[in-house]
Amino acid sequence: MKVSVVVFPGSNCDSDCFNVMKDVMKCDTQFVWHKDHDLKKPDLVILPGGFSYGDYLRCGAIARFSPVMREVVQFANNGGTVIGICNGFQILLEAGLLPGAMLANRSLKFICKHVWLRTENTKSKFTNRLKPAQVLNIPIAHGEGNYTADPDTIKRLRDENRIVFRYSSESGEIADKFNPNGAVENIAGILNEKGNVLGMMPHPERASEDILGSHDGRGIWESLLESAGK
Amino acid sequence: MKTFNAKVNVTLKKSVLDPQGQTVLEALHSLGYKGTENLRVGKYFEVTLNAQDENSAKTQLKEMCEKLLVNTVIEQYEVHLS
Repeated sequence: MKVSVVVFPGSNCDSDCFNVMKDVMKCDTQFVWHKDHDLKKPDLVILPGGFSYGDYLRCGAIARFSPVMREVVQFANNGGTVIGICNGFQILLEAGLLPGAMLANRSLKFICKHVWLRTENTKSKFTNRLKPAQVLNIPIAHGEGNYTADPDTIKRLRDENRIVFRYSSESGEIADKFNPNGAVENIAGILNEKGNVLGMMPHPERASEDILGSHDGRGIWESLLESAGK
Repeated sequence: MKTFNAKVNVTLKKSVLDPQGQTVLEALHSLGYKGTENLRVGKYFEVTLNAQDENSAKTQLKEMCEKLLVNTVIEQYEVHLS
């Protein structure tokens, strides 16, 4: 699988993503600078976490107009596989590749800790190697991960099985007390309509090696390798 | 071309929870302003632009707001031109 990790000014998880894809998952991996127009023919594009453009105006609002985003949108619209993690998710929302928007965490605090996620959809190309309702231990690190959308959009996401991950307890219980940021329905990750674009606030690239305390994020990369068939 | 000055106010939509506004409201209550009922935090932009006429300036400002300055999923805006 050939992977392109997009680097925006202010990205800070780009090297983590690169390391996991290249050294842990043994994929042909390359960085793509945000001013480039060539995605280098990838099977997977990763929009990494960080603080692109210093989070000025709104998280992801400026990065969404970076030159490379024209190619990312085209790639996604042609069915290419894209994962946006944390700030990458925020950029996908601002770019309109995923519905909804992010508000400040309800606590108004930046939250950096391991959380539990329940897998809600194991049919997607991002989760086909996970078990139904499998609970993953993956860290979050964000100030604005309080996902919101209008009730019709939420209903559609639910009906179309596009809510992929929800914040849960270790045993998989979904309740408000396990919701770190106030996101509607404990939403931690969603798919686009065609199922080729995933946005998630938690960082699977920070949980793909035992030395980092969890390898639960690997399930996502293994699923992607499986669906890419290489 | 004429020069126009615009003031753009952006606030979260009424239907959207404003955690920051809520916290500021609680701070006002704790300062003794018990009568304070509601508070929303927003953004304010001052834009100076050159345009053929007022209509063109308004059109440009609307575009700027909807493309970049405002996320219309969660925010609403008002433009005041002078």
